[in-house]
Amino acid sequence: MSEAIERHTIAVLVDNEPGILARVVGLFSGRGYNIESLTVAETDPANNLSRITLVTSGTRMIIEQIKAQLSRLVPVHGVHDLTDEGPHVERELALIKVAGTGEKRIESLRLADIFRAKVVDSTTESFIFEITGSTEKLNAFVKLMEPLGLVDVSRTGVVAIARGPRGFS
Amino acid sequence: MSTEPMQGAELLIKALVDQGVEVIFGYPGGAVLPIYDALFKQNRLRHILVRHEQAAVHAAEGYARSTGKVGCVLVTSGPGATNAVTGLTDALMDSIPIVCLTGQVPTHLIGNDAFQEADTTGITRPCTKHNYLVKDVRDLARIVHEAFYVATHGRPGPVVIDLPKDVLFASGDYTPPEAVTHKSYRPQVEPDPQRIEEAIELIRGAKRPLFYGGGGIVNSGPKAAQLFTELVRTTDAPATLTLMGLGALPASDPRFLGMVGMHGTYEANLAMHGCDVMIAVGARFDDRVTGKLSAFSPNSKKIHIDIDPSSINKNVRVDVAIVGDAGRVLEAMLAALKRRKAKPDGEAMAAWWRQIDEWRKRDCLRYRKSDDVIKPQFALERLYAAVKDRDTIITTEVGQHQMWAAQFLRFERPNRWLTSGGLGTMGYGLPAAIGAQIGNPGATVIDVAGEASILMNIQEMSTAVQYRLPVKVFVLNNEYMGMVRQWQELLHGGRYAESYTAALPDFVRLAEAFGGVGLRATKPSELDRVIAEMLRADKPCIVDVLVDKTENCFPMIPSGAAHNEMLLGPEDAGGSKKPVSEDGMVLV
Ligand SMILES: Cc1ncc(C[n+]2csc(CCOP(=O)(O)OP(=O)(O)O)c2C)c(N)n1
Ligand SMILES: [Mg+2]
Repeated sequence: MSEAIERHTIAVLVDNEPGILARVVGLFSGRGYNIESLTVAETDPANNLSRITLVTSGTRMIIEQIKAQLSRLVPVHGVHDLTDEGPHVERELALIKVAGTGEKRIESLRLADIFRAKVVDSTTESFIFEITGSTEKLNAFVKLMEPLGLVDVSRTGVVAIARGPRGFS
Repeated sequence: MSTEPMQGAELLIKALVDQGVEVIFGYPGGAVLPIYDALFKQNRLRHILVRHEQAAVHAAEGYARSTGKVGCVLVTSGPGATNAVTGLTDALMDSIPIVCLTGQVPTHLIGNDAFQEADTTGITRPCTKHNYLVKDVRDLARIVHEAFYVATHGRPGPVVIDLPKDVLFASGDYTPPEAVTHKSYRPQVEPDPQRIEEAIELIRGAKRPLFYGGGGIVNSGPKAAQLFTELVRTTDAPATLTLMGLGALPASDPRFLGMVGMHGTYEANLAMHGCDVMIAVGARFDDRVTGKLSAFSPNSKKIHIDIDPSSINKNVRVDVAIVGDAGRVLEAMLAALKRRKAKPDGEAMAAWWRQIDEWRKRDCLRYRKSDDVIKPQFALERLYAAVKDRDTIITTEVGQHQMWAAQFLRFERPNRWLTSGGLGTMGYGLPAAIGAQIGNPGATVIDVAGEASILMNIQEMSTAVQYRLPVKVFVLNNEYMGMVRQWQELLHGGRYAESYTAALPDFVRLAEAFGGVGLRATKPSELDRVIAEMLRADKPCIVDVLVDKTENCFPMIPSGAAHNEMLLGPEDAGGSKKPVSEDGMVLV
């Protein structure tokens, strides 16, 4: 069994009830697993279900443990390892504030255009860009903004969904 | 279908009764007064008043483990709930089905640091299988039924229901158990037939098979233990049991090698090291069993049967994983074995048994006999001789006495050995004995104790006296926290920091002060008489057995060592005397 560290994106369908996030987060901290990102929101109001997308890393044995431990939580309806289960789409959204004037301001706009980031707010001295894409793309954009007056970043963490006609079952 | 609306506290009692609860172990307080009021007005539920909430949970555990029913607990908010935490953690680690009701401040005060408020669901989240905060009386009965379902299905465990006081006063409709199905929790019980075939294939090709049975067999029920025994006998393979599994195979069966693990027998541990096919049933490859993981049973194919998928491949990689209830899996395996007339290779098995007999000749539990001082092992041998023909339930505290009890007392059936395995909780044994005696009024219930551990829940003598429970506390009194002393001797250069208890109470007079019987044995020759007197006592009884103060418990696999690096006692000439490695020192 390989000891290599793997990065996995896992989708978890849970009852939308108080304490559920604490259960999931407590599981990770209590057992010493990594959470690289975690997003949660209600996705099926009729059935009162929320979907958690989390990105974690560990050896294959740890990843399997993480999935088994998640599945064992009583309010969990299902766990899918999107990384293992085949092609899927991963997206992250970020709001990025860049402050500055003159050349730098123009350069930030030009790069935003290349990255298809949208300007969602502007003042004479600042822009807020909205950008979606892979984690890597967002990282790259943030890096480029650093010398151009980056002042604030807010990111959602990864959301992901499997490709093809089938839903979460 | 629902009748008159009822008050929350009454709904609760009705739900408990409908769940078959007969006994509840508890302690009152402001937040649960409505429940005590409702208890007062009925006579279907019996309440046992303990003297500390930790003991309420251990008593419920003792009741559950000895009867196969759910143990039920009732404590107040704040300190009542926090006192219960050790018991809940104990039940979680040993997979014991418990439903614990905790009082809570009224909903409008939650979060205000109100008097006796504690974030009970927050505190107990990591030490329960699941927990609930009931915010609306309309959910109350459903949640109780769900809690019993969760506590008993899949891998059993403790469930907390936190009950704000206003919810207990509010009125609402009752929901009967039949009307409740859990939304999401459906643990796998039936095994995958393909995996069964793979397991049978491995067993058939085995030359040195070994069964390794654990508490999962006991939890599954007496039928599972019967099937396990049948499987062991059908294959005529050797079998070992974990601390939690003792009784899953009759100790008198010649195929039983004794307990495995840190203080397991030489033959069990070497068989585990040397087997070529290991069949783990309801056992979780705990670190007390495996020793050094990288050297654990290096040449075996492993079959792992467990109801909890997260137990599989957690510590040890296995070759065939079978998720399901131990009873159902064993049944399927037996059927498949018989259908295929599969048996391990006869000649190879004969050689394997010859090897095991060689190991057995080492007589690893041998100890130096004495006419002057009571050896703890000897005290247990005499105890066993006196109780073996009775229906005896043994509980223990934690320490050397616990390991000696596991080695020297023999269990012919499950649910008769109750010990804190996973958490190792000193103070477990007396309350557990009380719970066991409540559930088994006719049985002889004995807590094999250490003098340090017993002081952690000694107040429960008062409970035992109140309910006229003839539980017996058999204290192997070495004046030391013996297990701590043993580690200090072997691992810390004999620097006995704080492991000696000066100013111990006089246990005989202590028992009498509580209203029980106190006895003492100081010489080996007194043991039989004192034990007989203890068995005759119809009141709670403490026996103070003054044993050798410096006896160590062997065999021992020091932390971080492999099974074949076991330390044997001073009576053994050839045992490993390898010092403990630095890696091992950091382990517990
Ligand atoms: C609540 C708790 N605290 C501390 C320990 C650590 N511990 C394990 S065994 C032991 C000594 C037990 O002494 P005693 O009850 O006299 O038993 P002996 O080993 O002497 O038989 C201690 C302190 C524990 N297991 N549980
Ligand atoms: Mg002691």
